[in-house]
Amino acid sequence: MKVVYCDVLVIGGGLAGLRVAIGVRQRGLDAVVLSLVPPKRSHSAAAQGGMQASLGNVVKGAGDSEDVHFEDTVRGSDWGADQRVVRMFVETAPKAVRELAAWGVPWSRVRRGDREVIINGQRVTITERDAAHGLVAQRDFGGTRKWRTCYVSDGTGHAMLFAVGDQAIAHGVPVHERREALALIHDGSRCGGAVVRDLVTGELIAYVARATVIATGGAGRLYRVTTNAVICEGIGAALALETGVAALGNMEAVQFHPTGIFPAGILVTEGCRGDGGLLRDAAGHRFMPDYEPEKKELASRDVVSRRMAEHIRRGGGVPSHFGPHLWLDITLLGRAHIERNLREVKEICHYFLGIDPAKDWIPVHPAQHYTMGGIRTDHTGESTTLRGLFAAGEAACWDMHGFNRLGGNSVAETVVAGMIVGEFVADFCQSPRGNLDLSTALIADAVAAERAALDALLASRGDESADVLRAEMQQAMTDGVGIFRTGADLEAAVARLQELLVRSRRIGLRHRVDGPNPELVTAYRVRRMLKVALAMACGALARRESRGAHFREDFPRRDDARWLCRTLATWPRPGDSTPTLNYEAIDVGAMELPPGWRGYGARDYVDHPDTPQRAAQVAATRERLAGAGREEVQQALMPFRHLLPPRLRAGNDRLPESAA
Amino acid sequence: MSEHRRIRIHALRHNPRDPASEPRLQTYELEEQPGMTLFLALSEIRERQDPSLAFDFVCRAGICGSCAMIVNGRPRLACRTLTRDFPEDVTLLPLPGFELIADLSVDTGKWMRALSERLAAWLHARQAEVDLSRIEEPMDPDLADRIYELDRCVECGCCVAACGTARMRADFVGAVGLNKIARFSLDPRDRRGDGDYYELVGDDLGVFGCMTLLGCQDVCPKELPLQTQIAYLRRRMARAGA
Ligand SMILES: Cc1cc2nc3c(=O)[nH]c(=O)nc-3n(C[C@H](O)[C@H](O)[C@H](O)COP(=O)(O)OP(=O)(O)OC[C@H]3O[C@@H](n4cnc5c(N)ncnc54)[C@H](O)[C@@H]3O)c2cc1C
Repeated sequence: MKVVYCDVLVIGGGLAGLRVAIGVRQRGLDAVVLSLVPPKRSHSAAAQGGMQASLGNVVKGAGDSEDVHFEDTVRGSDWGADQRVVRMFVETAPKAVRELAAWGVPWSRVRRGDREVIINGQRVTITERDAAHGLVAQRDFGGTRKWRTCYVSDGTGHAMLFAVGDQAIAHGVPVHERREALALIHDGSRCGGAVVRDLVTGELIAYVARATVIATGGAGRLYRVTTNAVICEGIGAALALETGVAALGNMEAVQFHPTGIFPAGILVTEGCRGDGGLLRDAAGHRFMPDYEPEKKELASRDVVSRRMAEHIRRGGGVPSHFGPHLWLDITLLGRAHIERNLREVKEICHYFLGIDPAKDWIPVHPAQHYTMGGIRTDHTGESTTLRGLFAAGEAACWDMHGFNRLGGNSVAETVVAGMIVGEFVADFCQSPRGNLDLSTALIADAVAAERAALDALLASRGDESADVLRAEMQQAMTDGVGIFRTGADLEAAVARLQELLVRSRRIGLRHRVDGPNPELVTAYRVRRMLKVALAMACGALARRESRGAHFREDFPRRDDARWLCRTLATWPRPGDSTPTLNYEAIDVGAMELPPGWRGYGARDYVDHPDTPQRAAQVAATRERLAGAGREEVQQALMPFRHLLPPRLRAGNDRLPESAA
Repeated sequence: MSEHRRIRIHALRHNPRDPASEPRLQTYELEEQPGMTLFLALSEIRERQDPSLAFDFVCRAGICGSCAMIVNGRPRLACRTLTRDFPEDVTLLPLPGFELIADLSVDTGKWMRALSERLAAWLHARQAEVDLSRIEEPMDPDLADRIYELDRCVECGCCVAACGTARMRADFVGAVGLNKIARFSLDPRDRRGDGDYYELVGDDLGVFGCMTLLGCQDVCPKELPLQTQIAYLRRRMARAGA
């Protein structure tokens, strides 16, 4: 048996995984990163639009602060987020942008003086301040009150991933590419690494580590149409689920992005709308103001996607061979702007649609985009139920997004979580809790179990095709667990997924070799993906309310009285056909921002019984501290700074709002 | 319904780890669909005809650089190559210059990591420790844009596959390597000077190995100005070495 020993095993070489690995290296520990693909090809590279951080350098961002970013994020989450974690996040995001600037990210910069921008369909001139010249610039994104999204043209994720990837090389972090974690090694209470398959040779290797970090990204490929890369299959969530101990949080919270190009689902960035692009229907009518007079195209993503689907249902869609779609119009931004700031969009339109977005409208339809749910952790990033297992990035439910994440908050989460969780992972390894004494027999058994499962698959004469099962799963999720959900559709989806899970035991392969074998890979993954899909579908069926991206037509109101809680899914026995659901209450009494209206979307919701009292307390505190600084007020409402690693506790400087 | 073309994909098949494997072309025939890319065509072949065919796609949107291969003689990103732009017969070969994993899948990752290590291709910051609470250093907005222009390389390997020098000298750093040096030398945040870069690329495996055949620039899917960068770098390196 081949065994690799390390202090920290990081499963995933995207932004989150690499940043965690650098963090623990800086603390003198050795980390090994696993990745299905060369790390710079991870899906983080595809982020176009940008990263939120309240730097407030542009004039439309002046007056921004951690407080405003905090409120926008909590409203965006529909109060599903852990507010302390949101505070930790917004406090660290500016530091993350600045760290990346120091690592070489060529952030787009503010240029002093007048410039023309499009706001609400109108061309207006704004004047950037002299004092801000050359500082990192921000653009507008959905669901934010200030222009807060820092960007590198529209290749933000690429530039970030390359800078972080380069730093990982500089720090000597080894990345074992084309190696896939198949199962976690654990004894029911302590995680000690993973069983890993070499995708080139087929060899199984045990990686034994004091801390294991899952940073495997999202699960978009559970759906038929998604903006996600083909490797975003939710395997990290499955790794945790299959321990039977670790829990997944809020898996029913799935985001659909308004502007996937139709029908391929490839994303064109929210920056298109942030920079002034409009949504139009078959008649060329700009319909969003009819539904959302306040934020129009720039309401949060869940709201815009829902309104688009609603408008299509009402007959506003453009008919086509592949079904109805809507239009995204960025022609009004002008060619110069598109060629400078929306270049990936232009390339995508050119190569995949054969159109020129400076002249033509872009056919769009909402597509699965982001997995808010994930491996449930505490604020340090550690699983609340399996010691030594950590998670970061899109794979985690840390939980700063609740039921809807804001555009630009995800790449921000990856690096921020990397900075914070990396410190806590190092603390863990350097403390007695980090001691590891798993028996060699346990490790050997874990490897043997995976070997046996693979051998059985390779020998199976079963009559089911892995590709067919995957396609049926994607269809079931698309039909039943989409933008609009009902009890009946969800029940049907659960039943279909359960049937697929049973059938997946009879998968037979046409190609029976254990080296580079894509069919074998699909076969073992689809079984795992089905469990994650069931966690989503069952969670959605059980949650009889609407919150953020989870919208139940039969329960259209947000119901804080009964559902202000986080869904926790576990899979205690391998033979189970459904996950076990439990709930974790979210304490209104500890909230800095008690539940209310989001400022867009539906206005009616059922209050939690504690909300009025907490709202009164918050108001009284604010009144009592009327003359005090905003940090003092914040500290009185919901202390959080002590939760941050010491080196990240300092406040953030920014230009004064009054700067000229 | 319009008539769809039948197209034939001829793909190189070979598993270098299997002693019995001999490189050969295998032909798959399929019906072309509207908007069909090589990503869609190869996925369909794998699902319906041959589950063993190995190839690499990740983002399938022309962003990540995973899927470079030789399409009818020219290196391209397969995911954004539309079949309708080609005749009925399309021949696909793995990218030369990289270790073959199997069929159309090559190991660009290992090559690029080794290149980065050899060229120390990361930002060597002027300041040892940056105070992250402080306002970031300003940078000229045009300069930031120019750095991004060079930062757009996706390490797909097309330029290496199209390079005459790389064909003769396996350890030539290629346009990808020279572009990285150009990118860092443009960046005022990097403390290195021309003398340092000369140590890295001031020889025949570096900037003086380029024969200016322009292959790299012709095939770069991100349309990077590689030849200008190389010419400019060559002048500076000649001066630094003098
Ligand atoms: C098209 C698109 C555009 C986006 N644009 C934005 C944006 O503008 N702003 C924003 O904030 N967010 C954006 N997002 C979201 C954001 O990009 C992602 O959420 C984020 O980058 C995820 O990073 P990550 O590090 O968690 O995971 P990823 O970058 O997805 O990395 C996952 C890693 O895990 C590895 N892996 C997976 N499974 C295994 C396994 N079993 N074994 C070993 N390794 C494994 C993979 O190889 C990969 O290295 C966008 C997302 C998409 C799809």
